[in-house]
Amino acid sequence: MKIELMDVLIMLAVILVLQVLAMFLIWLERRLLGLWQDRLGPNRVGPAGLLQPVADMIKIFFKEDWTPDFVDKKVFVLAPGIVVFTTLLSFAIIPFAPGVLIADMNIGILFFLAMSSLGAYSIILGGWASNNKYALLGAMRGASQMITYEVFMGLSILGVVMLSGSFSLKSIVLAQQDGWFIIPQFVGFVVFLVAGIAETHRLPFDIPEAESELIAGYHGEYSSMKFGLFFLGEYLGITLVSSLIVTLFFGGWLGPEFLPPIIWFVLKTMVFLLFFILLRAALPRPRYDQLLSYGWKILLPLTLINLMVTGALGLYFDKM
Amino acid sequence: MIALFYIAAFVAVISTLMAITRFNAVHALIYLVVSLLSVAVIFYLLGAPFAAALEVIIYAGAIMVLLIFMVMMLHLGETSIQQEKQWLNWSVWLGPGFLSLILLVEMSYLLVVSNEPGEGLTVVDATQVGIALYGPYIITVELAAILLLAGIVGAYYLGQEKRRVLHRFLNQEDND
Repeated sequence: MKIELMDVLIMLAVILVLQVLAMFLIWLERRLLGLWQDRLGPNRVGPAGLLQPVADMIKIFFKEDWTPDFVDKKVFVLAPGIVVFTTLLSFAIIPFAPGVLIADMNIGILFFLAMSSLGAYSIILGGWASNNKYALLGAMRGASQMITYEVFMGLSILGVVMLSGSFSLKSIVLAQQDGWFIIPQFVGFVVFLVAGIAETHRLPFDIPEAESELIAGYHGEYSSMKFGLFFLGEYLGITLVSSLIVTLFFGGWLGPEFLPPIIWFVLKTMVFLLFFILLRAALPRPRYDQLLSYGWKILLPLTLINLMVTGALGLYFDKM
Repeated sequence: MIALFYIAAFVAVISTLMAITRFNAVHALIYLVVSLLSVAVIFYLLGAPFAAALEVIIYAGAIMVLLIFMVMMLHLGETSIQQEKQWLNWSVWLGPGFLSLILLVEMSYLLVVSNEPGEGLTVVDATQVGIALYGPYIITVELAAILLLAGIVGAYYLGQEKRRVLHRFLNQEDND
């Protein structure tokens, strides 16, 4: 058990790149939303508004970090950290390129599921500690949404695990050399995408915050950097889900020779990040009960059928 | 390796004690989550990564979320904290505490007498767990499945929409 200098460098680089990426995703999202909604978006600070996130950061750091009197103080402070912590930890298992990987665990994908289920505490505890009716409603919606969609998320990945015969993401990428898993596991991909959006509670599934009904829901009482952490957690979350989709279904770093593997990985991930932003611009928010019944009545049978068919075909062709 | 084990075990013991002695139900549940996480670390150290992952996903991630969800729905406020303070006096926990102490002494004696735990570890991965479950232990899996099915049927029955009962005059009016 020796820790090499290279590993430490990779860890630091991953954390740094992710934070900067999350910052610039905010700029990208606002500019793209502007483009799709036929307006400009932030374009004043720096060239093409590129320094807007820096201005936002300065503003958010200097805001008053106010903890209301009626909240449960310890839990209130603890909650925003959890989501950032668990999401950053999940990045440990993602193989960015051959050799650029923090931890090649043999339970890789299960580690991600574990961390994403722990991330739910951020919403629940944040909403509960705020001691506010709207926050509590948001927290309860968030809890049921995340528990529901964790089930399909886990099940939709299992098809990929069957085909590659391993939980380790590195082996899953290497197993896709003959063809990406998007083709045999298309149903799994669709379910994972929907569940991923629901897990990161992005629009159109941002039901726990729902500005129009719950006035920002679980983070309604948060201000300054505590609110910033929730925000950071959300952007890290969509980056994580995008890179997992790429790793599981689109061959990870694999690609034609003319570009290095890491560039392929970044390019593919960017496509899905843009897709997440487009979803926000394009789709309205469903009702809360619609989301849950859609999950249990359509997605669950679909994933189970997908698993059965994958298993049966695997046995038939003796690929397992 | 053995130092890591003792650190995780220490965290587990402390957080479990804190979970028992908190008056606020949600604070107690948070400590219980920490306790489950440290048990998961111990599983990992003892060569059972699959069990460790399931411990976090199922116990810390799903069941405890449901418990906190329930506590939130009941909205236990200051009154329940006062109630807990009355309930947790020494006459309540002294008896069970003493009996558990006997078990603790017995277990420590056994640990000292028998071989060191942690010698000759083998890592049990997911494949081996699956082969064991669907080979010699298939009957247990089937029984658990039947139990879960009973739970689902029960939940479905409890959750179904109530039949609307109208007053007989109202019924007549509808029929007219």
